[in-house]
Amino acid sequence: MKRTIFSNQLLPWLLLAPQLIITFVFFLWPAGQAVRQSFLREDAFGTRTSFVGLENFARLWSSPEYLNSLQVTAVFAISVTVLSMGLSLLLAIAVDRMIRSTRVYTTLLVWPYAVAPAVAGILWWFIFNPTIGIMPYLLGGLGYDWNHISDKGDAMTLVVIASAWKQISYNFLFFLAGLQAIPASLREAAAIDGAGPVRRFFDITFPLLSPTTFFLLVVNIVYAMFDTFGVIDATTEGGPAQATNIMVYKVYFDGFVGQNLGSSAAQSVVLMGLVLVLTVIQFRYVEKKVAY
Amino acid sequence: MIENRPILNLLAHLTLILGVCIVALPVWVAFVASTHGPTAFMSGTIPMWPGDQMIANYSQMLGAGVSTSGTPPVGVMMLNSMIMALSIAVGKIVISVLSAFAVVYFRFPFRGLAFWCIFITLMLPVEVRIVPTFQVVADLGMLNSYAGLSIPLIASATATFLFRQVFLTIPDELTEAARIDGAGPMKFFRDILLPLSRTNIAALFVILFIYGWNQYLWPLLITTSSDYYTIVAGIKRMADAVDGLPQWHLVMATAMLAMIPPVIVVVAMQRLFVKGLVETEK
Repeated sequence: MKRTIFSNQLLPWLLLAPQLIITFVFFLWPAGQAVRQSFLREDAFGTRTSFVGLENFARLWSSPEYLNSLQVTAVFAISVTVLSMGLSLLLAIAVDRMIRSTRVYTTLLVWPYAVAPAVAGILWWFIFNPTIGIMPYLLGGLGYDWNHISDKGDAMTLVVIASAWKQISYNFLFFLAGLQAIPASLREAAAIDGAGPVRRFFDITFPLLSPTTFFLLVVNIVYAMFDTFGVIDATTEGGPAQATNIMVYKVYFDGFVGQNLGSSAAQSVVLMGLVLVLTVIQFRYVEKKVAY
Repeated sequence: MIENRPILNLLAHLTLILGVCIVALPVWVAFVASTHGPTAFMSGTIPMWPGDQMIANYSQMLGAGVSTSGTPPVGVMMLNSMIMALSIAVGKIVISVLSAFAVVYFRFPFRGLAFWCIFITLMLPVEVRIVPTFQVVADLGMLNSYAGLSIPLIASATATFLFRQVFLTIPDELTEAARIDGAGPMKFFRDILLPLSRTNIAALFVILFIYGWNQYLWPLLITTSSDYYTIVAGIKRMADAVDGLPQWHLVMATAMLAMIPPVIVVVAMQRLFVKGLVETEK
């Protein structure tokens, strides 16, 4: 709280006006429309809309496609988070040992942050291209017939790798900052007491890193659920047979391609609820624990 | 480092070199592909070493593009991306710094409500409410325009919070001194607050430029005229079009061009980038 404030009454509203107008027109109003639409249904010709109560939601919960999408989203989000955080932690621990080369390695590892998810998708799509890609060629040598166009597991693996790759730099930077914030004296004391590197990691480093880990867990789940639209659209488009149709992609697909506005709106409302929960977790639990 | 263990150091170096290679692999493959002619992809697997068609491929994409894909030359799309990224970054910073100033330095009725309205944008990412937002923009006649590409994306709770934090750390004595010297609120804002938040603005700019440049779903939906295609959204249209006739060397040249500007920004301004990343997550 500021002690010294200015007394103007009109000026603050003028200052806030651009932000508030944009928020209202492009955020609150559309969100309200989504909530309203989720209670309505249009007939096949789009001529009449009628109030159907919670029927759109009820249909979602009984739709095998939507339940599949929930499951796909969970598998996708967990895989991306685990893969990306695991690799980043390994790299951050290795860089933390370095003295002179820290900066060089950091530079070489942070740039994928700047690559758009859609471009990341295209790059990995090319590497895994069943006819000319380098990975199917190598996997073929091992006797595995890779085809993400027809095989569900291969398609999921592809989008997980592309999404996790892009997120490595982010996780790496936060893990490295977390590691460097741990006082060296603690690890030195443990070393004097005879604890080896592995023991030190599990008894000292990892527990002290847990606020960073928890924070990144939430951020990565949010990323995998909401920011990976580009990866999916540039590669599998939700296929094959719905195997990579994550919730964010399904909202778009049902609304724009399928023109099923009621269902798409109900899905939007479900997603808003999910973001709400994740935001609350982030603000309630993460902020206080990040400081040691 | 706690104790000197040469084997562990070697292991750490090996891990990092392997990690750097894995991280760089897709870009290397894309770069190599972008330097070959179309015949290089007929023979089975893609080559792993650069070819001699680099200049020809890149100049073709920048100047003419792939006419069959319905996308404009890459040069045009890069310009569109640049306009969109700069408008989003500058727009977000301007409206956020103004609203943070209003929230921190004034007391007025419904101040809390205004703050909550801004806060709530955090919970409404564009992907989640895409259909109704598209309708609003269509009703306002903003399809196929730079305003439509940027304005709906420039409300920002994160940036407002960041500036609020920065302003709260600025000592009250400065404000008092400015008032005693007869400075009004806007003079105080311009001559004291803005210069003091210079590095925060720069750090935020780096993050927001990348955010704007990498937008995908939004430009894909609201640009139907190829004059307004951005490169990140255009590349998908190009890849779709070449499915019948593989022109991977041109698609990969476009992918390289799509990532060069934001990657340069991150590498050249690494310090600001890291600062921005850490600050926006507080």
